[in-house]
Amino acid sequence: MADKVLMKGNEAIAEAAIRAGCRHYFGYPITPQTEIAAYMAKRMPKIGGTFLQAESEIAAINMVYGAASAGKRAMTSSSSPGISLKGEGISYMAGSDLPALIVNVERGGPGLGGIQPSQSDYYQATKGGGHGDYHLIVLTPASVQEMADLTALAFDLSDQYRVPAMLLADGTIGQMMEPVVLPEESASKVEKPWALTGTQMARPHNIVNSLYLVPEELERTNLERFERYAEIEAKEARYESFMMDDAEVCVVAFGIAARVSKNAVVAARAEGIKAGLIRPITVWPFPKKAIADAAPRVKGFVSVELSMGQMIDDVRLACGCAKPAALCSRVGGMIPSPDEVLAAIKNMNGGNA
Amino acid sequence: MVVFEKPKSLTDAEFHYCPGCTHGIIHRLVAEALDATGTEGIAIGVAPVGCAVMAYNYFSCDMVEAAHGRAPAVATGIKRSLPDHVVFTYQGDGDLASIGMAETVHAAARNENITVIFVNNAIYGMTGGQMAPTSLPGQVTQTSPYGRDVKTAGYPIKMCEILSQLDGPEYIARVAVNNVKNVRNAKKVIQKAFENQIAGKGFSLVEVVSSCPTNWGMTPVKALEWVENEMIPYYPLGVYKDRSEKEGV
Repeated sequence: MADKVLMKGNEAIAEAAIRAGCRHYFGYPITPQTEIAAYMAKRMPKIGGTFLQAESEIAAINMVYGAASAGKRAMTSSSSPGISLKGEGISYMAGSDLPALIVNVERGGPGLGGIQPSQSDYYQATKGGGHGDYHLIVLTPASVQEMADLTALAFDLSDQYRVPAMLLADGTIGQMMEPVVLPEESASKVEKPWALTGTQMARPHNIVNSLYLVPEELERTNLERFERYAEIEAKEARYESFMMDDAEVCVVAFGIAARVSKNAVVAARAEGIKAGLIRPITVWPFPKKAIADAAPRVKGFVSVELSMGQMIDDVRLACGCAKPAALCSRVGGMIPSPDEVLAAIKNMNGGNA
Repeated sequence: MVVFEKPKSLTDAEFHYCPGCTHGIIHRLVAEALDATGTEGIAIGVAPVGCAVMAYNYFSCDMVEAAHGRAPAVATGIKRSLPDHVVFTYQGDGDLASIGMAETVHAAARNENITVIFVNNAIYGMTGGQMAPTSLPGQVTQTSPYGRDVKTAGYPIKMCEILSQLDGPEYIARVAVNNVKNVRNAKKVIQKAFENQIAGKGFSLVEVVSSCPTNWGMTPVKALEWVENEMIPYYPLGVYKDRSEKEGV
């Protein structure tokens, strides 16, 4: 049994990535994710891997594009403004069906924003972010343990479906120290016959490409990709359900907001309010079924977010607006307190507890 | 006896290039260099955005299509993953000297062990003839209809001159393919740029002064004359940096 070690969330991502067989890291400095780059800079040269500080986020994601097209497990990490710059490369990777891991340790925005935690890149992460019709597999850790576990899972899912994966974290989980059991060493579980490994004069040349000038062909690639997306939506939505069995008010929150919300749910129960929590672990695919299943049994939903209300759209869509949904949020690097969440739960409960 | 044949490193796909365009010659020279070095089976090429966007259909080695200007970064990712493979980019002037300037300069500064083929025809060809970073002063294009005015549009960028100032790169050279003598020399220089990589020497860039009869609005013959009389005087041919020569290696 592996021992527990005390680590920062960002470091847990880095070590878990290495254990998942990632030997190619390309990054560019930005707060609050710098520990990932620093960890990689220390470790990669010792294990025959690549740490490369690129000239920009744009270059870094294109280096990932190159390494991924060579069939390697590769990653980059950044924070919100840097992820915007990576948008071009991410779209190309989606269009070329390349697996890779992109970590976004979110900070407040828009623009240069701030350096404190945020979840305001939810739309960008879950609705595409770059140009064209595409999705990423987006995982949202709520603890240092999940920073490690979901990093390993992200590489596996990305390889399996040939869809780039994003770890959507926030500055709090990134900077927080907690005990963590690191995942076992692993490697890609799938063959990559499409990878650029040189023909060795033994097979026709492989081409990694997202250009299709014939409309019928481009349509076909989009349709094929969306068949894979449908399979991902059917099989890979993950969430944690907390005190939902008899819940009448359903809080929906991920990441650091979910940890605050859990305290608020417990406090609500202590006051006799039947509150529960659905914590999405994947936000794309969004756990629609969990929300839809809860809808008939609850008075309403409270979406707790570090944004002006982005995930709440998916909550409403998932339940077909069958029940009211209220937003409880702080932005700009602020985090809602358990009392603020509790007040929102009471309000949704009708103030009759 | 076969006295002339297609290089093995080219596929049978027909080029889409305009009549009189020199991309065809340059493709052939690159393929001949792969043949001569016996590296087709371990070569990975990076196609640009621009006229050569579909180069991935023409070279018979493994190929990837990069975003506009990002080919050196993509090539870096591949080379770092597969250091024993031969990795090259094939880029135009808008791609390499405008939108991809940072990627070009930094790959050179890192002495990334890749080969870069830079086709300079002083115009954006694929989008229909707009002013390029290398368009000459006074050159008429769709976006400089009164001629490139250096007061508002600035001066052309001389990549070999810039890159040869860096400590990083191994080999920086400029050639042309407007006549037989220049083609023969270009063939030698391009082959050397690949041999450098195979020997592990580092970043080698060959700028090929090229023509674009279609967007220059000239006949192919006139275009080659324009290369000789206007382009080459502004972009002098030669080896701008050769570290092994300097160090007597």
